[in-house]
Amino acid sequence: MSHSTTADPLEELKQTNTGIENKKLAMWAFLASDCMFFGTLISTHLIYRRVYADVVDPTQIFDIELTGISSFVLLASSFSMALAVSSAHKGNMLLTRLALSATIFGGLVFLGGQVYEFSHFVHEKGLTLDGNIFGSSFYLLTGTHGTHVAIGVLWLISHLVHTFTPGHGRQNALDIESTGLYWHFVDIVWIVIFTAVYLVEYLHF
Amino acid sequence: MASTQSPDTLSHPQPGSGHDEPKHTGIWKRPLKPDGLVGWLTTVDHKKIGIAYAIAALFFFLIGGVEALLIRVQLFRPEQELISAELYNRLFTMHGTTMIFLAVMPLSTAFFNYIMPLQIGARDVAFPRLNALGLWTFILGGILVNLSWIFPGSAPGIGWFGYAPLTGREFSPDIGTDFWVLGLQILGIASLVGSFNFITTILNMRAPGLSMMRLPLFTWMTLITSFLIILAFPAITIALVELMFDRHFGTMFFDVLGGGKPILWQHLFWVFGHPEVYILILPAMGIISEVLPVFSRKPLFGYPLVVFSGAVIGFLGFAVWSHHMFTTGLGVVATSAFAFLTMLISIPTGVKIFNWIGTMWGGRITFTTPMLFAVGFIWMFMIGGFTGIMHSSPPVDSQQQDTYFVVAHFHYVLIGGSIFALFAGLYYWFPKVSGRMLNETWGKLVFYTMFVGFNMAFFPMHILGMTGMPRRTHTYQTELGLNGPNMWSTIGAFLLGFGVLLFIVQLIYSAKKGKPAGRDPWDARTLEWVTDSPPKFYNFAYTPVVHARDQFFESKHGQAERKMEKLAPDAHGIHMPDQSWWPLILGFGLFIAAFGMVLLGQPREAFPLIGGLLPEGEFSIWNVCVPGLALTLFAAYGWAYEGPGGYHVHPTPAEVQDDEIGTVLQPGSDPQVDHGPSSQQQP
Repeated sequence: MSHSTTADPLEELKQTNTGIENKKLAMWAFLASDCMFFGTLISTHLIYRRVYADVVDPTQIFDIELTGISSFVLLASSFSMALAVSSAHKGNMLLTRLALSATIFGGLVFLGGQVYEFSHFVHEKGLTLDGNIFGSSFYLLTGTHGTHVAIGVLWLISHLVHTFTPGHGRQNALDIESTGLYWHFVDIVWIVIFTAVYLVEYLHF
Repeated sequence: MASTQSPDTLSHPQPGSGHDEPKHTGIWKRPLKPDGLVGWLTTVDHKKIGIAYAIAALFFFLIGGVEALLIRVQLFRPEQELISAELYNRLFTMHGTTMIFLAVMPLSTAFFNYIMPLQIGARDVAFPRLNALGLWTFILGGILVNLSWIFPGSAPGIGWFGYAPLTGREFSPDIGTDFWVLGLQILGIASLVGSFNFITTILNMRAPGLSMMRLPLFTWMTLITSFLIILAFPAITIALVELMFDRHFGTMFFDVLGGGKPILWQHLFWVFGHPEVYILILPAMGIISEVLPVFSRKPLFGYPLVVFSGAVIGFLGFAVWSHHMFTTGLGVVATSAFAFLTMLISIPTGVKIFNWIGTMWGGRITFTTPMLFAVGFIWMFMIGGFTGIMHSSPPVDSQQQDTYFVVAHFHYVLIGGSIFALFAGLYYWFPKVSGRMLNETWGKLVFYTMFVGFNMAFFPMHILGMTGMPRRTHTYQTELGLNGPNMWSTIGAFLLGFGVLLFIVQLIYSAKKGKPAGRDPWDARTLEWVTDSPPKFYNFAYTPVVHARDQFFESKHGQAERKMEKLAPDAHGIHMPDQSWWPLILGFGLFIAAFGMVLLGQPREAFPLIGGLLPEGEFSIWNVCVPGLALTLFAAYGWAYEGPGGYHVHPTPAEVQDDEIGTVLQPGSDPQVDHGPSSQQQP
């Protein structure tokens, strides 16, 4: 709106009615919407998970140790993401690059785990997308989340490459911060999915 | 831009001039040509995008109208066979889909785009390129849905709410349903990106002093509608994705034999579908709340109540979806709860209606064409509202379910409500957009033709429904006693269609030959009327500083200390965004990918234009869909690396001067604004 009264480009972006940068506000709106996307998918799975409870026993299919470890790595990557945002705001490019790389690594470990898990389930355990309704909703839900992680990884790699181009600097911190919001959201959603899809199957009541 | 009277033409700002330095970080340079075909295809100007939305929406409105008239021709007399039952199914499916997603919603969006930034004193929306993406995905999505007509298998015949299991591959093997599934997903993207943009714009880019409780009502309703869209569209998008997986990849989400539950589709659809009803009506209510005060020459009665009742309607709209499903047997508790919440919604709606009547009460009313449509809206929407309250009672609803009584109800709400209000908006804002007036005599002729035709077409449907005529049947028997009302209904429908035709003729004629409007032909109240008609591409030569609700009216007729101020641009000038090709390219990428999903698994020889290049066999995901996704990804990177761009405009000194509506604040000064509630002004 009005032109800068401060020289700091990042502070200038905050000169809006709400004091929140446009990009960040739009990202919050997108995440509100994304909540509803995942809410719909999780509801679908919760409705369908026990339709054929006597035929499909998820505890015989899941490899909870492996999924638990890859979940831990994904959640831990939220820490390096926060570090990347913080160091980008401080203009510390070396630490930004390191933290971005660590976050990308975490995302890739999670994706690798999911690829292994999916192929293991299909080939060893016989759980397929079109085999039964548990498979249908399981693969669509976890696959949508995996797609989110993959887009996040691609986005982080783009930021990492971008930090090496001329003209990149502290003024780009808001872009990294927006990606950070997205990344944290994808992690938080995974906590819900891991609970509602995996852990809940080990409850017996 | 013809209305600038400045003799200083040398420094007259032009789009694309004043580039600081040709920055070129992307794949190619940004297009600079402001007009012509390139100018329109690459535009990021919210006003051009708004006009394009309106033209495309009116085009689809005519297509949907022709479909409606074909339906009415078939029903003119009993036991006719002009149109086969199968084609009849396709016609009512496409009529509903077109009118809701391609006519009423985008026409509302046209007003969001054009009017809202002007009302808040902004130069554009927060993300101009994202705005262009919304436009192109809307147009391409609309084309995708309608393309089904020309392909083998023809248009879908599944009803606009596409209930499972009819939409499964087993019962709807043709690709018409795939066009519908994919087209609606693309249209969902258009609505979502538009809404993220409007929310950010309204919350973040208001002029100094324009606090939330001073916002014009139309802007308020834009905000609430945008929130409804971002929270409601995910439900239908996921439902459509699940249906797409059922049709293409053998999942069982809605397949009864595999354990799927068709009722899940109904829940997901109406979790979206009921907020959608308010997505269609809240912008209309916003327009009415702008038009009534102007032509009653009184401020809106009970402004905070009208705002909050709009928000309450939006909130409750998420808690009533199952009243579309009373006859599915939800159980007593659920049915009672949804019936109660549905009845509750009539309270904020009634609050609005009483406030509109209160606005007119004691006002100096002039019955111009926009006012006639607005008053017609109140009356017609109330009739639709009354039948709506009848439906909220489950025993009554179970009698009326799937009869013409329901058809009468939602056409009263959607035509008598939404369409009448959108026409009020078209008549009201046309002088601002085109700089020319619409002829009042013609306008009144259009209104009365549409009003009489509409009531003649849809009032008899109440009687038909109570007599027991089911909807979605392509004919009826002679001895059922349905002949008279059906005949009148068809005659009325043609009268309504004739009224719309008159309107289109008037619109085209007046855009070229209408008499000049000037900036403020209605003695209006809000900021969009402060600037020229049509506004310059940078909207305002200064930043308006607001001190009251209805600031423009206050400046013209109010106390001297509540006049607006004009914050002059500083030495940098006004920053404007650059044009871009990427929104269009990204839209095409999505279109191709969606088209590829439609073709997936189809025999290539059936589509010689696309499949002729490939060896015989079936379309795989790699043939069309993946290349489309690749183009989308490529465009996303092109978009990101294009850089923010932008250039500066320097308005002439003549444009920033003290006049009767406000005084100039020098650049850099900190405008003194109070954010307290605005007191009512004297009419």
